[in-house]
Amino acid sequence: MTDQTLRVTVTRQEPGEEPRDETFDVPFDDRTSVLDALDWIKDHSAPSLTFRWSCRSGVCGSCGVMVNGRPVLGCETTVAGYRTSGLTVGPMAHATVQRDLAVDTDEFLAKLRGVSPWMLPTPPVLQPAGAPGPHPSPDAESQDPSAVPSLDVLAVHSQTPGQVEAYRGLSQCIDCMLCYAACPVLDDVAGFTGPAAVATARRWDLDSRDDGNETRFLALAENEEGIWPCTQVGACTRACPKGVDPAKAIRDYQREALG
Amino acid sequence: MSAALAAVETFAAEGRDDAVVALVSKVYPMRSHTVAAEGGAAGVVPGGADTAEQHVADTLRGGAGLGHDDAVRFVVDRAPAELARLERLGMPWSRTADGDPAVRRFGGMTNPRTWFAADKTGFHLLHTLFQTTLREPSIRRYDEHVVLDLLLSDAPSSDAPSSGASRPSSGAGSQSPADASRAARGVVAYDQQRGEPVTILAAAVVLATGGYARAWGTSTNAGIVTGDGLSMALRAGLPLRDLEMVQVHPTCLPGSGILITEAARGEGGVLVDAAGERYLADYGLGPVTPVGEPAARQMELGPRDKLSQAFWHADRAGRTIPTRDGGVVHLDLRHLGKAVIDERLPLVAGLARRFGGVDPVREPIPVRPAAHYTMGGIVTTAHGQVLDAAGAPVAGLFAAGECASTGLHGANRLGSNSLVETLVVGRAAGTLAAAPSSPSEPLSSSGPPSTAARPASSAPPSSAVPSSQSQDPGEAALVDRARARAEHWLAMRGRGTESPAEIRRELGTVLDAEVGIFRDADGLARAAATLEDLHARYQDVRVADTAAVFNTDWSQVLELGAMLAVARGAVAAAIGRTESRGAHQRLDHPHTDDVARHSLVTLDAAGAVEVRWQPVDAAVSAAAAATPGKDHR
Ligand SMILES: Cc1cc2nc3c(=O)[nH]c(=O)nc-3n(C[C@H](O)[C@H](O)[C@H](O)COP(=O)(O)OP(=O)(O)OC[C@H]3O[C@@H](n4cnc5c(N)ncnc54)[C@H](O)[C@@H]3O)c2cc1C
Ligand code: SF4
Ligand code: FES
Repeated sequence: MTDQTLRVTVTRQEPGEEPRDETFDVPFDDRTSVLDALDWIKDHSAPSLTFRWSCRSGVCGSCGVMVNGRPVLGCETTVAGYRTSGLTVGPMAHATVQRDLAVDTDEFLAKLRGVSPWMLPTPPVLQPAGAPGPHPSPDAESQDPSAVPSLDVLAVHSQTPGQVEAYRGLSQCIDCMLCYAACPVLDDVAGFTGPAAVATARRWDLDSRDDGNETRFLALAENEEGIWPCTQVGACTRACPKGVDPAKAIRDYQREALG
Repeated sequence: MSAALAAVETFAAEGRDDAVVALVSKVYPMRSHTVAAEGGAAGVVPGGADTAEQHVADTLRGGAGLGHDDAVRFVVDRAPAELARLERLGMPWSRTADGDPAVRRFGGMTNPRTWFAADKTGFHLLHTLFQTTLREPSIRRYDEHVVLDLLLSDAPSSDAPSSGASRPSSGAGSQSPADASRAARGVVAYDQQRGEPVTILAAAVVLATGGYARAWGTSTNAGIVTGDGLSMALRAGLPLRDLEMVQVHPTCLPGSGILITEAARGEGGVLVDAAGERYLADYGLGPVTPVGEPAARQMELGPRDKLSQAFWHADRAGRTIPTRDGGVVHLDLRHLGKAVIDERLPLVAGLARRFGGVDPVREPIPVRPAAHYTMGGIVTTAHGQVLDAAGAPVAGLFAAGECASTGLHGANRLGSNSLVETLVVGRAAGTLAAAPSSPSEPLSSSGPPSTAARPASSAPPSSAVPSSQSQDPGEAALVDRARARAEHWLAMRGRGTESPAEIRRELGTVLDAEVGIFRDADGLARAAATLEDLHARYQDVRVADTAAVFNTDWSQVLELGAMLAVARGAVAAAIGRTESRGAHQRLDHPHTDDVARHSLVTLDAAGAVEVRWQPVDAAVSAAAAATPGKDHR
């Protein structure tokens, strides 16, 4: 970092207290990210400043924050662009603040779990006696678990590159919750299943190996807070740092449900 | 998570519904660093030209004498089944046109055998497993719980006189010798969200805490990869093996250390020095291959360690481009053209643009080496059973993944062998951990071995007595010990004067400078002196934040302590290893000893680091002796 400094305001909040803004002058250069700036503040000025991070490369999904009211990944966003405007970093919207910039993640995970984001029907555990897999090889033989595995445990589905492509985009979700922070519907319907969970449901539905469409469809369409609150503003898709298109996933479900 | 799923399946197979598995992590599991793995996971596809024998041979060659035959065999034989199982769970493996999982070439592997999901294999692997665990009600997650210490039934002899009460009631079957009767009884953790310590009592514990490469200043590893599990094992009196073996990846972004995967070179990227020359040819990697025509094991596709070593020489020879993050060379992809770059290397292109500040279509990417993978770890058998300093199994204690030293990687890991290790050894450990009648099971007489003894919602350790069915005489003593451990760590809050950020910075700098690609006695002595100084300062480290909830000032200081402890061990072992082998290259000792030995680091009663040397053969037989169902050969 150089001796240039930038004014960074951070919205802080202790559990059970009101939010308050604190301002810091942070040295920066053209590569300094929002996360670097927060680190600098924690190391030099406010050791109690709380924020999540891990990979610093945009893949773990930990570091979502609001910068000047827009949800972004702190590690992927450089501060230099805010040189003139200055920047205010706050916790992601539509989530309960736990401390400073750390927000509740369990609500999101409960919504995700609600769409059964796993292979359906549940693939059988291949037993020592050689219980058949989903596509048992014709020459499957029984075997001892401690011995070298034989063919039945090697059973795999066939899936062409085109079939992978069908759900590839939706499988890029890193659970960063930026789309929830962006979604205006959550202002009014806090229980809305929301963009990422619906996108992930769709990811499984579009997977040629999965047969759980009905289960997920029921969870989403027969539930007032499933897909119906969405008014197709598209804020989620614009906010997504990974190119997932949750708005389309929701729209596709809505169309299917309407026949 | 692989271990957790295996344990659940084992319970289910036995028709047990009384057992739960606690999945404890200091981050939400899908944030774990496995998420960053790009390249893929190795497993021989049956029916093709490739063979398990060849995979074993490649792995042992990479291991440079420190690999164990049996551990390598164990993982290699089970790798394809684990990768297939992941497929059945929904892993989006990249495919051939025929619809089979595709495999790619990888450094050090004779045949293509690396299964991959584009350039995001670890991400998809982690999310597939995580989403699958959501399905299992008997997997109870303890998210954002920082584990502080292991609870073992018998304190190590270096501790205060251990109370007899904490000994487990002896089971019906075999009685272990008195000094080897230690058993895992659980962990003491701190719930960051509620701001309170939590004791989790369990019949078995599987450590899967990852490596320690974040201790280095320039590292491809995430901030959480701080060797916590290794430092807990050290404190518990257990040995750590081959800590000095740290793999350095040749092509990473300066400063951030973000990995630019080998695939960029596989596609035809070339490395040039400040003068634009293909410098690798001058350091034994030639002859020069034409630009855009990469050839296996030559030039840019030479072994990782050779590429890192060539960088080191070029840097010393003044051939690199100076930057504030040290010398860099250029990884040039421009000749590939925009279409190829965007289609085949989308992640690399994105990382270079976002974090390197260059568009690889128009400019070369500045790169330099960074610490990447730590071969050293907690000593285990191939099944993940942890062994103590005497080579005896610690009942109910397992380790899997990068925190373990199973004997798979030896002195150097082959890329794509580690993801598969997390799956194979994780499953083996999970299965043994859940087995009701495992020969070393110490708690068989004390009720069903429920793996997590209390729900996340109950109170702190003072009242963390688990369900009555698993009461045993040692439990009260154990809970007391857990509380004492928690208080010990909590007492660090609100005291101290030494800046943790400064200690962390100095630690990273000295490891980068002296414990990198090449080492020598002088540099290692400097590193040791610096680490002793940092260790002393750490005793008075400042934790300004006194809050109970999300005190990350404190938890980052704990991580710093773990990194320091493991780094001290790594430097001591590096000093003692007066030879060059695998990832450990000594300028002053370029030869390789005839007898391959493991380093074993322990702490003595006063907390000083001790290094012992163990011939590999002895380690192999100790592991065999501790493996259930095997003859003691
Ligand atoms: C950039 C990069 C690319 C890689 N690419 C490949 C590749 O292509 N192929 C390959 O085979 N390998 C690759 N590797 C290596 C491989 O990814 C790792 O070795 C492997 O993912 C480690 O997995 P793990 O489960 O052991 O640990 P991790 O995934 O690091 O998980 C550790 C877990 O332990 C938890 N934990 C740690 N300490 C504590 C504590 N004190 N309390 C509570 N929880 C704790 C963490 O929160 C985390 O959940 C790569 C590594 C890197 C860094
Ligand atoms: S859909 Fe995009 S914005 Fe939403 S959680 Fe997933 S990655 Fe983040
Ligand atoms: S730190 Fe991992 S996404 Fe930003």
